[in-house]
Amino acid sequence: MFVINCPYCGERDQSEFSCGGEAHIVRPKQPTELSDDEWAEYLFMRKNIKGVQFERWNHTHGCRKWFNMVRDTSNDKIHAVYKMGEKPPVI
Amino acid sequence: MTKYRINKTRFVDQTKNVSFTFDGKKYHGFEGDTLASALLSNGIHLVGRSFKYHRPRGIMSCGSEEPNAICQINDNTDLTEPNVRATEIELYEGLKASSQNCWPSRHFDIGGINNLISQFIPAGFYYKTFMWPKSFWKKIYEPLIRLSAGLGKSPTQPDPEIYDHKHEHCDVLVIGGGISGIISAKIAAQNNLKTILIEDKNILGGSTIYQNNKNFIIDNQKSNEWLMNEISELEKLDNLIIKTRTSLAAFHSYNYLLAKENISDHLPLDKKNGNIRQRLWKIRADKVIVAAGAIERPLIFNNNDRPGIILANSVKKYLDFYGVSTGLNNIIFTNNDSAYETAVSLFEKGISVKIVDIRKKSSSNIVKNAEDLGIKIYWHSTVVNTFGYKKIKSIEIMNLSEDGSNVTGNKRKIQCDCLSISGGWTPMVHMHTQSGGKLDFREIDQVFVPSEKSENHINVGSCNGDFELEEIFKNTNNKVKKFLNINESGFDKISVLCSKELEKKNIWLLPNTISEGKTKSFIDFQNDSTAKDIKLALREGFKSIEHVKRYTTTGMATDQGKLSNMHALGIIADTAGVKMGTLGTTTFRPPFTPLTFGAIVGRSVGKFFDVVRKTSIHEWHVQNNAKFENVGQWKRPWYYPINNENLHEAVQRESKTARDSAGILDASTLGKIDIQGSDASEFLNRVYTNAWSKLGIGKCRYGLMLNEDGMVYDDGVTTRLGENHYLMTTTTGGAANVLSKLEDYLQTEWPELDVYLTSVTDHYSTASICGPNSKKILKKLFPNKDFSDEAFPHMSYQDAIIDKIECRIMRISFTGELSYEINIESKYGKSLWENCIKAGEEYKITPYGTETMHLLRAEKGFIIVGQDTDGTMTPIDLQMDWIVSKKKYDFIGKRSLYRSDTIRDDRKQLVGLLTDDPNEILEEGAQIVSELDKKRVEMIGHVTSSYFSPNLNKSIALAVVKGGKKMKGQKLFVPMENKNINVTVSDFIFLDKENKKINA
Ligand SMILES: [Zn+2]
Repeated sequence: MFVINCPYCGERDQSEFSCGGEAHIVRPKQPTELSDDEWAEYLFMRKNIKGVQFERWNHTHGCRKWFNMVRDTSNDKIHAVYKMGEKPPVI
Repeated sequence: MTKYRINKTRFVDQTKNVSFTFDGKKYHGFEGDTLASALLSNGIHLVGRSFKYHRPRGIMSCGSEEPNAICQINDNTDLTEPNVRATEIELYEGLKASSQNCWPSRHFDIGGINNLISQFIPAGFYYKTFMWPKSFWKKIYEPLIRLSAGLGKSPTQPDPEIYDHKHEHCDVLVIGGGISGIISAKIAAQNNLKTILIEDKNILGGSTIYQNNKNFIIDNQKSNEWLMNEISELEKLDNLIIKTRTSLAAFHSYNYLLAKENISDHLPLDKKNGNIRQRLWKIRADKVIVAAGAIERPLIFNNNDRPGIILANSVKKYLDFYGVSTGLNNIIFTNNDSAYETAVSLFEKGISVKIVDIRKKSSSNIVKNAEDLGIKIYWHSTVVNTFGYKKIKSIEIMNLSEDGSNVTGNKRKIQCDCLSISGGWTPMVHMHTQSGGKLDFREIDQVFVPSEKSENHINVGSCNGDFELEEIFKNTNNKVKKFLNINESGFDKISVLCSKELEKKNIWLLPNTISEGKTKSFIDFQNDSTAKDIKLALREGFKSIEHVKRYTTTGMATDQGKLSNMHALGIIADTAGVKMGTLGTTTFRPPFTPLTFGAIVGRSVGKFFDVVRKTSIHEWHVQNNAKFENVGQWKRPWYYPINNENLHEAVQRESKTARDSAGILDASTLGKIDIQGSDASEFLNRVYTNAWSKLGIGKCRYGLMLNEDGMVYDDGVTTRLGENHYLMTTTTGGAANVLSKLEDYLQTEWPELDVYLTSVTDHYSTASICGPNSKKILKKLFPNKDFSDEAFPHMSYQDAIIDKIECRIMRISFTGELSYEINIESKYGKSLWENCIKAGEEYKITPYGTETMHLLRAEKGFIIVGQDTDGTMTPIDLQMDWIVSKKKYDFIGKRSLYRSDTIRDDRKQLVGLLTDDPNEILEEGAQIVSELDKKRVEMIGHVTSSYFSPNLNKSIALAVVKGGKKMKGQKLFVPMENKNINVTVSDFIFLDKENKKINA
């Protein structure tokens, strides 16, 4: 169980958080203008890689804020934590 | 003193007698004994039978690696405990232990017949034999295997003991209280670091604490004397917590560790009561120092499993720690120097001892010591057989050939009553690998050692592959200083002298004159797998260690292969002709030693198992005989039986009364979300399928919420309280998820929206009154209010006051009846409810529960999200096209409603079903078919809701059926176990399609 440094609260146990999957997938502004394939790309396709991954996390049992996190899924090392809307760091 | 208690030690108090029973017979031991040492002091070696062949087995070790001495505590009681290792349980007054896995007794065991037919029980026997016919498995094979396997009996009553959990944080956690753990803890604590030292035994000191040998000198004292002083120094340190009787269960990433402390297991029965039994520590440590030690390896030779064959270092511990001799005529069989320490100890106590060593010579001090004492050593020899059924009586030895691959010369028979074996040492790398660490293979003594990579933990002492006192001492001191960034320690200038092993040799499977197929060379003693089994698995084509392990069951018993894994690997490597280091090890999984379920769940049992949520009206429901159902964590009234009514009778009465006169429902559990902000209307437009901008203040509207995939997610009525203020209701079970989904969109997709969400579910209690007389009841409750349809129309809300308390009245309906919901601050909920009941008395108002609510809404054809939908239903599938806005450019899920898959017209669609026999009630979940005469028929749908409607006097059902929209009037079938029910597809609104009742 890892420790996550919530950008609003500080270091807390992983059990307080929930993961919301891959980060930086933006909801299309004009969904009605997309083809089925383009919409499906947004709706269904998610990466699940072994290695460095950009993820969305929510401090569910804390401040309830969503934020982004860069985690190496092979060893759970957390490279960066940053707020929604901030630019992803270069890892 | 008994015949075998030959030595007084400071660890066992021989003035304090402790009596206990084993297999029903009473014995005595002393305070400080384990069950194993007390049994051995009474000359008892035979403690059970082996798993497969039911061979007699004796105590083999003195720790958690014990494969044989596994006991049942308090047998034949409701709270009996199985699988307790005699080597770990501390003796207490009144302890009742019995041997496991032998029937009728450990002396006469009927399963021993398996031993005679053992050549027919090879590796994979169970897989090969008990496969066919399939029907035999449940009735014949499984009970048979369970009967003869018999790994103990489970208790039959709930565990009454108290277990505890505790969180702890520290700078440094030291695992293991042997010499390297003690050095580490002292360095850390003396340097101002908050340190915890855990040790699974009842005292610190490991094996050095009883190392009373002149060849092992620290600071000019015998190593045990020196360590004794160190421990008393250690106990004075302020920022050090020492936890004995505490074993590490798991080492997770980010230095999160679980340790189990035994608090009262060792206490006499009269002192146990009321005490916490075990505590699970959840430790987050900045740095972890693992000093877990090493386990002695057995040697693998023919008949190496007889009672009286014991690991050499354990023999030494029984002698020097407990004062018990495991035999009076000992032979030591070894491939290394450490067993010579045992020999010298035995000799010094005046006990006969001889040594068989597979090496040609050894030039170390300890071996010289043994030779000087005149102990007979048979060099370059091996044991080829042992004799004695319930206890070893003699052995046969032979010389080894030059390269050790074979035996030569004549057999020589030697009498003995105990054979100590030592095959070298295996570092306990379990903790290291659990935390994600990797291993390296060290050829010279064939051990896997930690390959250090982590910045946050290190391994010191013998678990790191340092076996000699001097290297343990020096390396531990240096590594810990470097790890903790410390320049000097009190151990820098201390001199250490010890015997050093120069000649090393290892043979995983010792040679014999007879063929392997006819030997019984046990590798896994608990699961009874032999060298022969491993070789058979290889011949049958298994290559991976993980597969061989599962096929032969080697290493899969409760000891998790602590003694057997390395030998299995070694024999595989030798047989396959590959290097052992290339094979890798099997995965070491937590827990290191078995944990009780009690320790895992801690206090979360009984009423603390989960949160129970009750509405403020709950007490009234209890007093009025409500039966409850769980909806999420909520307790909701299910029905209110009168005069022994059953569910059906109560629901028929409640729903009839509600439609004919009046009914009242506690709707407080519905999720409520307060929505405020200048963009609140826009926000609702985006999350609901219908339009919200034009909803007037004071009006209510039903909304349907989809997932982005177009599937129905939740529904409920939302009321516009003000220009920028809404109150949303959600389903009871969906409340938390809806709030978090909405928060997700607000925070991540639409941060520009000025909207604030607050969960207010618990803030308000809700009484929902329905029925043709509901308006009259409301008039009585609120005499000053105008309830005319003009002043207070359907789907609107008004503020009101009752007993000087403000409340909100919504005229909304989930039953199809004229209906009002009164929301009031929670603390006044019960009083409001009682007022409603009182006002309704003259109209025979009936409280009704969830079951009647479900029936009433089904009559009206209202869906329940989660019952009539299952995450695969779009609003179109539900025939709710009317609620999907065509004008809105976008809302959550809109685009998905015209994906090629969602516009198929053969999707499952909501329909009504009427049974041809109006008294036949369908089962919810029943499958629906359109034809019966084929062998295989397609299941085209299923029943989602089904009731007998007292208001229509017939059975009604909702169902989802492929292409159902176009099937009205069509005959379908619901096949049940013993009959087929004929049904007709109907409209799903069964009652008052014109909404006359709602607008009455
Ligand atoms: Zn937070």
